[in-house]
Amino acid sequence: MAAPVVVVGAGPAGIRAAERLVEAGLCPVLVEEGARDGGQIYRRQPPGFTRGPEALYGSEAAKATALHAAAEALRPRLDWRPETLVWAVRDGALLVHSAGRGESLPYAALILATGATDRVMPLPGWTLPGVASLGGAQIALKAQACTIGARPVFLGTGPLLYLVAWQYVKAGAAVQAVLDTSPFASRVAALPWMMARPALVARGAAYTMALRRAGVRIATGVTPIAVEGEDRVAALRWRDAAGRDCRTDCDAVGLGYGLRSETQLADLARCDFAFDAGARQWLPVTDEDGRASVQGVYLAGDGAQVRGADAAELAGRLAACAALRDLGVAVDEAEMVHLRRRLMPMTRFRRGLERAFPWPAHLAAALPDEALVCRCEAITAGELRRAGGEYGAPEVNRAKAFSRTGMGRCQGRMCGPAAAEILAAARGMPIEAAGRLRGAAPVKPLPVLTEAAP
Amino acid sequence: MTGLLHRVGETGRSAVRIVVDGAEVAALEGDTLLVALLTAGARLRESEFGDGPRAGFCLMGACQDCWVWTEEGGRLRACSTPVASGMRVVTRGAPWPRP
Repeated sequence: MAAPVVVVGAGPAGIRAAERLVEAGLCPVLVEEGARDGGQIYRRQPPGFTRGPEALYGSEAAKATALHAAAEALRPRLDWRPETLVWAVRDGALLVHSAGRGESLPYAALILATGATDRVMPLPGWTLPGVASLGGAQIALKAQACTIGARPVFLGTGPLLYLVAWQYVKAGAAVQAVLDTSPFASRVAALPWMMARPALVARGAAYTMALRRAGVRIATGVTPIAVEGEDRVAALRWRDAAGRDCRTDCDAVGLGYGLRSETQLADLARCDFAFDAGARQWLPVTDEDGRASVQGVYLAGDGAQVRGADAAELAGRLAACAALRDLGVAVDEAEMVHLRRRLMPMTRFRRGLERAFPWPAHLAAALPDEALVCRCEAITAGELRRAGGEYGAPEVNRAKAFSRTGMGRCQGRMCGPAAAEILAAARGMPIEAAGRLRGAAPVKPLPVLTEAAP
Repeated sequence: MTGLLHRVGETGRSAVRIVVDGAEVAALEGDTLLVALLTAGARLRESEFGDGPRAGFCLMGACQDCWVWTEEGGRLRACSTPVASGMRVVTRGAPWPRP
């Protein structure tokens, strides 16, 4: 039997990719690390929870419901593998792990829809209990009906900052402040790009207005200083745009500066990467349909470039079309043209977001030497700077070897973007010269006791 | 000590009892281990490097900062492990695995 097409990730991109393959009469494998489909954005609450889609997904309720329904309809028509971790890619096969068993999954074509995680800039105290990523703060609410604190502060930048803060206000949390590192002026300057999706601009403005009406303090152009507390968060210190030192009492901090594409599997599949100046991130190279540099590998969704859930659904379908066509299955050109056309404003909007809510690279140079950068192994900014200075590490992989930054159990997911900035700043070189952390298998920790499938 | 996380709904689920570091903790069916531990307390584990308590960070299986252990020495990622009645976990250092 010929190897199947394998889709990794059951979020918006992966589900729509699998759906298109099934429409063509294929029986793909859909591998998902989580227990349920939906991804993070349309994450489903566990069985037994009773809130409706409106409460969970707000303005996106119809899209979430449609995606979940599509996934359920697909289930009997494909090989659904939940709670399955893809930990390596080798010789045209995925190495997967599920419930203590390892298996090799050969593929005829591979569609990676691995999504994204929060992009984080460390600050002193960010490992204290009570600090969560912005996405994590949202997941606590969506998937578990919990807030990360009763009096949280939200710190960072990007649309998620305002959305999560508003969701917390609605859930009854006493949000103490929304602190955005981006100056308001950059949002105005980005409008020509952002207006590619006027409805989203209007929605963002509405969240901000609603927060203000609810009496939440919103400050832009801030400089984070430190999270304070003994064994848990007690306050956040920051500087306002006018340079005044401020201290906000709080019991939790939601932290995030936009998203970072999850690209390790593309790396292990030996895809070429290129530096994307707008995102300030190394991303896998793809053509406009999602074909990677390696034959038979396709990328879709936020794991390829962060364009959000709407784009992910379209890109997933488009990548499946490309894969089908490359496998010799006829695909109507009009369908692909239509998908490409619908993605265009979303790509432009993404460029607008990057301008409006820039990743605060400048904070890396100012991070105190004693601040922890690597959560996994408690490595400080000072140790990383020494790796780049005294030990002469010219790029992030050498710095990792010298300092262990990025070598821990998260494989640099949390510290990677900041570590590259710290190294680049310490050596006075452009960020692209700091390179990118190479992916290494296993991409997530595996139990030592893993049984090989026959 | 009040917990780190606060429940804001879905409290009508049935109760589940688990044992954490030898003490009973009340949880709800459908909770993740992270939520069960952090609605009851304010830490999940200690950093192996001596820099204090940790309580997870990403809540989506990426950061690996929410590891706890079964009493048999099995590792659990608290953010993605649902509670089960009678579950017994330890949070202060990994026990030597027992088959």
